[in-house]
Amino acid sequence: MFKFLLQRLASVLPTLFFVSVLIFGLQQLLPGDPAIALAGEDRDPNVVAHLRAKFHLDEPLPVRYWYWASGVLKGDLGESVRIQKPVTELILEKLPVTIQLAAMAMLIALSIGITAGVISAVKKDTAWDYAANVFALWGLSTPNFWLGILLILLFAVNLGWLPASGYVSPFEDLKGNLAAMIMPAFVLGNAIAAVLMRHTRSAMLQVLSSDYVRTARAKGLNERVVVLKHALRNALIPIITLGALEFGTLLSGAVLTEQVFSIPGFGKLIVDAVFNRDYSVVQGVVLFTATVYITLNLLADLAYFLVNPRMRT
Amino acid sequence: MRKSVLFGLLVVAAGTACAQTTLRIGLAEDPDVLDPTMARTFVGRIVFAGLCDKLFDLDEKLNVVAQLATSYEWSADNKALTVRLRQGVSFHDGERFDAAAAKFNLERHKTMAGSNRRGELAVVSSVDALDASTIRINLSTPFAPLLSVLTDRSGMMVSPKAAQAAGEKFGARPVCSGPFKFVERIAQDRIVLERDPNYWNKGAIHFDRVVYTPIVDATVRLANLRSGQLDFIERLAPSDVPQLRNDSRIRVARIVEIGYQGITINVGKSEIAQKHALGRDPRVREAFELALDREAIVKVAMDGEAQVGNQWVAPNNAYYAKNVPIPKRDVARARALLREAGISNPSVLLMTPTTSDAQRIAQVVQAMVKEAGFDVKIQSTEFATSLNLADKGQYEAYVLAWSGRADPDGNLHTFHSCKGPLNNAGYCKAEVDELIDKSRATLDPSQRLKLFEQIAANVAKDRPIIYLYHRNWLWAHTPKLTGLRTVPDGMVRVQGLKMN
Repeated sequence: MFKFLLQRLASVLPTLFFVSVLIFGLQQLLPGDPAIALAGEDRDPNVVAHLRAKFHLDEPLPVRYWYWASGVLKGDLGESVRIQKPVTELILEKLPVTIQLAAMAMLIALSIGITAGVISAVKKDTAWDYAANVFALWGLSTPNFWLGILLILLFAVNLGWLPASGYVSPFEDLKGNLAAMIMPAFVLGNAIAAVLMRHTRSAMLQVLSSDYVRTARAKGLNERVVVLKHALRNALIPIITLGALEFGTLLSGAVLTEQVFSIPGFGKLIVDAVFNRDYSVVQGVVLFTATVYITLNLLADLAYFLVNPRMRT
Repeated sequence: MRKSVLFGLLVVAAGTACAQTTLRIGLAEDPDVLDPTMARTFVGRIVFAGLCDKLFDLDEKLNVVAQLATSYEWSADNKALTVRLRQGVSFHDGERFDAAAAKFNLERHKTMAGSNRRGELAVVSSVDALDASTIRINLSTPFAPLLSVLTDRSGMMVSPKAAQAAGEKFGARPVCSGPFKFVERIAQDRIVLERDPNYWNKGAIHFDRVVYTPIVDATVRLANLRSGQLDFIERLAPSDVPQLRNDSRIRVARIVEIGYQGITINVGKSEIAQKHALGRDPRVREAFELALDREAIVKVAMDGEAQVGNQWVAPNNAYYAKNVPIPKRDVARARALLREAGISNPSVLLMTPTTSDAQRIAQVVQAMVKEAGFDVKIQSTEFATSLNLADKGQYEAYVLAWSGRADPDGNLHTFHSCKGPLNNAGYCKAEVDELIDKSRATLDPSQRLKLFEQIAANVAKDRPIIYLYHRNWLWAHTPKLTGLRTVPDGMVRVQGLKMN
């Protein structure tokens, strides 16, 4: 197990290096001059020249990479040009918001997705199965922004039960925080629930037809125990991988949902930064997200060991 | 006894609760840095309207009125402006606003590295503090737009002490002298200001706090207003206006902007200008313009929420050149012009930012000019990229809007003078340059109008920009909010706003 762990850990550092080169390189491919984008509507030539000098935009690419990477190694991700705030500070400000949103969405997705997947597999070819499949199809094919706006119109404008958008810190007002987060979390969780449902269903169907499940049933075990204890536990392995990947995606990919609900999270931060060519923010946030992604994958690998004893040997 | 104490406490608490009022404003974007010297966005100016007072302000008719200044006087040669300053004004940190502070601010705008105000104040050669409440702004050459420049960020005054202490980081915690002082900013979430009890014009302020919330999606912004989470939103989507007509819970206010929407044509920015018929031949440009129906464009692209126009200022502006009226659509004449030019089916690559209104304009224009024989191909380009291509002259025609400046010079000089920083059309005509220079040096409005008429006659003939319309700034708010001033610069002035 330790050998496996060491192997996995050893692969993390070069991966991060390549990711950093890729982030930096890809960003240079973005069309448009960042100095012009940042200089505002007036695009004053003096301001453009100042920005160029400040961000070493006239220097060769490797030199610019070195300026950035050496800062990163010292823990300095740079500063947002647009709002004059350190990127690290921005990340620390937005991260709790996005983590909360992602966690709530994941909770909703797991509760709905796994439950629906198990029911669908156990009740294969019944009305339950069809209903779960229809739900999955709906979840997968409903655009987030559309569902978001519909929910806002229903629950905020017509019924007045929930705030239309925005964010309140849970330390300021827990009830207000949950009220503000429930709709975006549902919108995000809904799509993931559909994916999880499809995967849980197929994994469960495979496991339920395996020999050891037949043996468990032959031993006269209660069907509930067979399904939940014996079958589901094994079926969960691909679901954990998928869940970890989806969670990583949630951290960086909740762009539209954050935009619709005006949640000041990571997605919104990065989209605004890309459009404004706020390079330090884009690089910092993408590098951070990539690191989180890689770490989550590592954790998913570790979780296999905990869930599946056969892998420990 | 205990009951009466409790009652007393409740009365005090209720009184406090009533007085504690917050104005919640929904913005269309998240502002950039909150330092008047460095700031560059339109939306940032809306926040500054609550935070930083200026030497001068604008009224509803775009007249320059006093704010931190009380009066002004031009020297005989028009090369010096003496400004008398309001006394008894203090910054939010308690520092006194006086001539030394005003001099410091103007010099900061001029000299700070990366200042976005340097261009606007380029003609200012020095500033003298004549006494504690009088400054003299010395110019290298007479410059009529100066007063109007001082109604915007160049005229904003920040605390010298705070600015010196914070240096480049001043925008993170700005200290000004406006009605509200800075409390906090959470990027992309909110900017919170609170009333300055020492504000010089405190009688005009009826809120304790102002919270600016950026909500990019216009539908969601409106939903927040309708659900009562916001009191006021700026830039309502024109398509949402009809549904609000019968909604008694919402009021809509509109003002014709000081900017414009137009199509810039590459007539000399790069070698591309000579390679496409539209850039090469003025007759083809005339044909292109004659094929356009501006009223129809406004109906389709803006749901009717704009005023058609053909110049850098709207027809209701005092400086609109009436000698150059809006041409009517004439497809037959357009075809005849193309025949005359010997071009039967000119192709035009129309670069368009990916915003929905720009896309709609491009599509309508494409359909309209097709009737005259033009073959328009739309090149949808992400905004920052399109700016870059325009700056390099790598385009044929470009759908671009300008937010506008109060003085016509801000819409004219930078676009149509040979060395104008935003002259993406590459338009250069000695006669126009000379007329623009004269219009900048002449203070008499009637003289300036005459010069603008001559410039308009040239620009309308050469068409480096085909002006289409001037948008309405659309605001929506709760009917309880009164005292709203509709100034064409689109700024939300908090003085006089009241919740009934």
